[in-house]
Amino acid sequence: MEKTQNNKAWFLVLPVLVIVAFSAILPLMTVVNYSVNDTFGDNQFFWAGLEWFEEMVTSDRLHEALGRQILFSAIILAIEVPLGIYIALNMPKKGVWASVCLVLMALPLLIPFNVVGTIWQIFGRVDIGLLGHYLAELGIDYNYTNDPLDAWVTVIVMDVWHWTSLVALLCYAGLQSIPEAYYQAARVDQASRWSVFRFIELPKMAGVLLIAVLLRFMDSFMIYTEPFVVTGGGPGNSTTFLSIDLVKMAVGQFDLGPAAAFSIMYFLVILLVSWVFYTVMTNLDKEEGK
Amino acid sequence: MRLRGSAVVMTLYLLFLLIPIYWLVNMSLKTNTEITSTFTLFPNDLTFRNYAVILTDPSWYMGYVNSIIYVVMNTVISITVALPAAYAFSRYNFMGDKHLFFWLLTNRMAPPAVFALPFFQLYSSVGLFDTHIAVALAHCLFNVPLAVWILEGFMRGVPKEIDETAYIDGYSFGRFFIRIFMPLIASGIGVAAFFCFMFSWVELLLSRTLTSVNAKPIAATMTRTVSASGMDWGVLAAAGVLTIIPGALVIYFVRNYIAKGFALGRV
Repeated sequence: MEKTQNNKAWFLVLPVLVIVAFSAILPLMTVVNYSVNDTFGDNQFFWAGLEWFEEMVTSDRLHEALGRQILFSAIILAIEVPLGIYIALNMPKKGVWASVCLVLMALPLLIPFNVVGTIWQIFGRVDIGLLGHYLAELGIDYNYTNDPLDAWVTVIVMDVWHWTSLVALLCYAGLQSIPEAYYQAARVDQASRWSVFRFIELPKMAGVLLIAVLLRFMDSFMIYTEPFVVTGGGPGNSTTFLSIDLVKMAVGQFDLGPAAAFSIMYFLVILLVSWVFYTVMTNLDKEEGK
Repeated sequence: MRLRGSAVVMTLYLLFLLIPIYWLVNMSLKTNTEITSTFTLFPNDLTFRNYAVILTDPSWYMGYVNSIIYVVMNTVISITVALPAAYAFSRYNFMGDKHLFFWLLTNRMAPPAVFALPFFQLYSSVGLFDTHIAVALAHCLFNVPLAVWILEGFMRGVPKEIDETAYIDGYSFGRFFIRIFMPLIASGIGVAAFFCFMFSWVELLLSRTLTSVNAKPIAATMTRTVSASGMDWGVLAAAGVLTIIPGALVIYFVRNYIAKGFALGRV
């Protein structure tokens, strides 16, 4: 759509600006302030320069948390994206069943994060959980509170359960926009199922798929509540991801300086991903406008 | 043949999604003795005691009341400020519009963990700690950008000629916006409100950090009870089931917009 140049539109944006500035810029300034100061309590601050940043960049604790975080996000994407596409391709196209599938699939997306954690905490327990019980009966030694590998598997399966539907629903929305004529043409050409997917469905899904990947990456990168409820970051530190570590540092130990330096570096990653996301979005919008 | 294959895949996937939820519901209808002593796929001794505990104990049900209060406040604030802004973004070019739109997005993407401590200090210093409005304002951090993006996505679908015709007919901006434009994007407003409600409802980290007693959300009440009494699984499960209900009730109405809402209005 052709937009008109009008700087008075700023007045319409002003309320948003004020409220988001209050809830985003003010706290962020506090974080910046902490990151370059040292404190001994009583609101007395001493200039510390980049000391905290140096400490954080070289800290093993941060490296480990970052390593776990990247591994986690990578596994999540590697499972959820192909699975989501596969599910989207198998969803009924219209009718009652399409609605039923949509509603049931969206259900996990709308469950409070900590309840997702609670569901899987209960579900996986050997004594009272369905999953834990049957795994034990099959003779598999499964205990997510003691064994780091089991804890990882539980957290990953939980995330797949929670968010695969998001990828599937976005891809499904992309598939819906493909005109029936494309498929007819493919049938005339006797295209194989694979080429239909590769040359018709995948290109049409590419845009939404990219959105899905970015959203999943972002949200898994800042995951906090679900693993916190299920494993509490344990056993040991094996499922302590970045956010969990940060909260531990800031609220638990009150190490303001390091936590703030940590936050800022965290935020820079977010900024980068947001920028990629934004570029993708605006390109998509342009294509649509053609 | 292919149809049958898809049906099998979908059935398996839906079972995978529903079995954990079923297990929660199942547990919420059992007595604690049945949960811990025997392993049953259906409640043998069907009981509603767990729900009764929650609905009669103020320390439990006030959690729901608190959550609903701040969630509704947040939704109202978010939608009110986002409507004019989304209109501006969808209709006009203005100085710095792209930067501003991008900046909003970064707030939707920002990890709440980064903001937890500064929020705590900010709201404590202005005396808003442990109030509903504090949580509602804190959730604006991600919900206002979300609402702006979703609403903008819907508004761009409304042809500009409608605005122009209305102005020619002598409508003022305010009257046009409320009488003509808002009804046109009613579904968009509904979807944006739904998503604000949802994201504020599911969030735990900020709401827990910013409250202690008076505005304590249900999510925080649940985590505390796990560690304190430890073993009251039935009540915990019942509390979980009750938090799923608000989403489950309205999901049918927004089913065709779920993808659009999660993708920030862009699909």
